[in-house]
Amino acid sequence: MTKAQTLFDKIWARHTILERPDGATLLHVARHLVHDGSRASFGALKDRGLEVRHPERTFATPDHYVSTLGNKLTAISEPYRREMVGALADNAREHGIMLFGLGDRRQGIVHVIGPEQGITQPGLLMVCGDSHTATHGALGALAFGIGSSEVSHVLATQALWQSRPGSMRVSVDGTLSIGVTPKDVILAIIARIGAAGGTGHVIEYAGSAFRSMSVEGRLTVCNMSIEAGARAGMVAPDDITYAYLAGRPYAPKGASWDQALAFWSTLPSDPDAAFDKEVTLNAKDIAPMVTWGTSPEDAVPIIGTVPDPDKATDTERRAGMRRALSYMGLTPGQRIDAITVDRVFIGSCTNSRIEDLREAARVAQGRKTSVPAIVVPGSGLVKAQAEAEGLDRIFCEAGFEWREPGCSMCVGMNGDLVAPGERCASTSNRNFMGRQGKGARTHLLSPAMAAAAAVTGRMTDVRRLMAGEA
Amino acid sequence: MEKFDRLESGAAPLSMANVDTDQIIPARFLWRARSDGYGELLFNDLRANDDGVPKPDFVLNKPVYKDARIIVGDRNFGCGSSREHAVWALVDAGIRVVIAPSFGDIFFNNSFKNGFLPIVLSPERCAELRAALERNPGARLIVDLEAQTVTGPVGVNDGGGSDHFDIDPFRKQMLLLGMDDVSFTLNHKDSIAAFEARFAKEFPWI
Repeated sequence: MTKAQTLFDKIWARHTILERPDGATLLHVARHLVHDGSRASFGALKDRGLEVRHPERTFATPDHYVSTLGNKLTAISEPYRREMVGALADNAREHGIMLFGLGDRRQGIVHVIGPEQGITQPGLLMVCGDSHTATHGALGALAFGIGSSEVSHVLATQALWQSRPGSMRVSVDGTLSIGVTPKDVILAIIARIGAAGGTGHVIEYAGSAFRSMSVEGRLTVCNMSIEAGARAGMVAPDDITYAYLAGRPYAPKGASWDQALAFWSTLPSDPDAAFDKEVTLNAKDIAPMVTWGTSPEDAVPIIGTVPDPDKATDTERRAGMRRALSYMGLTPGQRIDAITVDRVFIGSCTNSRIEDLREAARVAQGRKTSVPAIVVPGSGLVKAQAEAEGLDRIFCEAGFEWREPGCSMCVGMNGDLVAPGERCASTSNRNFMGRQGKGARTHLLSPAMAAAAAVTGRMTDVRRLMAGEA
Repeated sequence: MEKFDRLESGAAPLSMANVDTDQIIPARFLWRARSDGYGELLFNDLRANDDGVPKPDFVLNKPVYKDARIIVGDRNFGCGSSREHAVWALVDAGIRVVIAPSFGDIFFNNSFKNGFLPIVLSPERCAELRAALERNPGARLIVDLEAQTVTGPVGVNDGGGSDHFDIDPFRKQMLLLGMDDVSFTLNHKDSIAAFEARFAKEFPWI
């Protein structure tokens, strides 16, 4: 009898070209996504006189440097940003790579369009030169981020050297309370295991909370696996996954669909498969979360307070917390829901899909923003869908700005920045010092919580707002 | 790629957990060409005030660490984005080794492509080393890749020792040879082609 295997084991084995005696494994890359930060990788390929080995397995879209004020090259005012976006288009054309470019409704954040187009599929090994590539694991793919040199390597060889990571299962059982979203689930997980809690491991998210979660919710959870230090995060494919994929442009069709489905159904971890690490949370214990510090692990429930460094047990942690509080301009013991905000950002590869926008619009509807707030859909298709549902009108009537798709204020590389000292309630994935702009203070939260903060101008328990209590 | 075998150098203690890649190299500089060099931008916002004047209390600004080629850090060094620019900035500033209890995974992988060695030692030993380096500013460490050891601080009678570190044998070999893995992988062209033919048959819809 063969050894019980995890979802991860099965995909790893399927993509192993060769394994050296020392354990280094050469893996085939089934699908490779590239964005407008890839200029150096294509440049390195050219310097060596190498070709792209499998352009048909490579998909490109600009997202980091694009303007959210106009979906065209000329909307980008700075030459160096235009050059990055232009270089991607040139490289895609030169190498015969499919480009979802500016002006194409399919353009968007690379981690939004992969699933949306059906490029992301169960059982595939996927990479992208971006740390949030773990997102694609939501469909049962093994997907992880790589650096610039590795991107060149994959372009040239369609393969990648890896050492086998450990396995970790994070189980969340039970039903999420009203007002608690997938974003709160992943923030609660990171708060529990720490920003290095998953280092060297691939996380499989399991348990009834994930089984009943939509694919878009799973995408949000898997997206932030890297913020727990994990190489990748994944959810076993199921009927929810198959229903999501059916009919998407790059998903298999007809007889191929049946063949694919037969393969996909073999993927979930065997019941007796063992994991190197196990963590369990109860869904009912999870509340809407907000970060107070400069690491995603610094997350607490909205009903909580800013923690006191003096109560931390180790000296390094105490020093780190003090540094974070000083940067964030917060005081120990301060109530989270008393923190005022200057600005709100709804978007990013974590939370810019149609369900995220619906969630935020439900809160925004019939209310008015009290601080500047922008909504940046994850792709042109998400934008079109939101407009068809009238969400753009809800946002605009409430005072939100409705923008064009891109990474935008999550990382500010396109110029959508938070000013020094400003406090931003953000649905993105990182609250690092300077992430949204030099001196910017970022608080991570869900789209519903971000919309609530936009309306009241402070951190607000969306459950109380919706009940008319806040 | 510059090869790495042995390094003796002053070492700078950086007692901060979760030193993320946004701190190592802020995103607003990433559009620059590799050939422009990133050394001056290393830790830009930690190192310099808004007017560009260096902050005197930041460890790497202290004259004693001017030639340090080793950093001893804390938990989760290099966490965050996949930007290889973080490694480029360190390498361009002359740093060849970071010793820490754990690393961001992608940063760790990127290191080896640039002749840069990330070394994992226990949290306790990293804390001891940082403390010894703080008590003896400018003290030197010796990193021997062949022997897989970190020795020191040397020349001071305080906190010294010799610690073994683990490294993936494949990566060790590549660093010792200064070899890039693209050339190495291209030697396996036949295995790749054979695998791809099998894969295409198994997954005709991909």
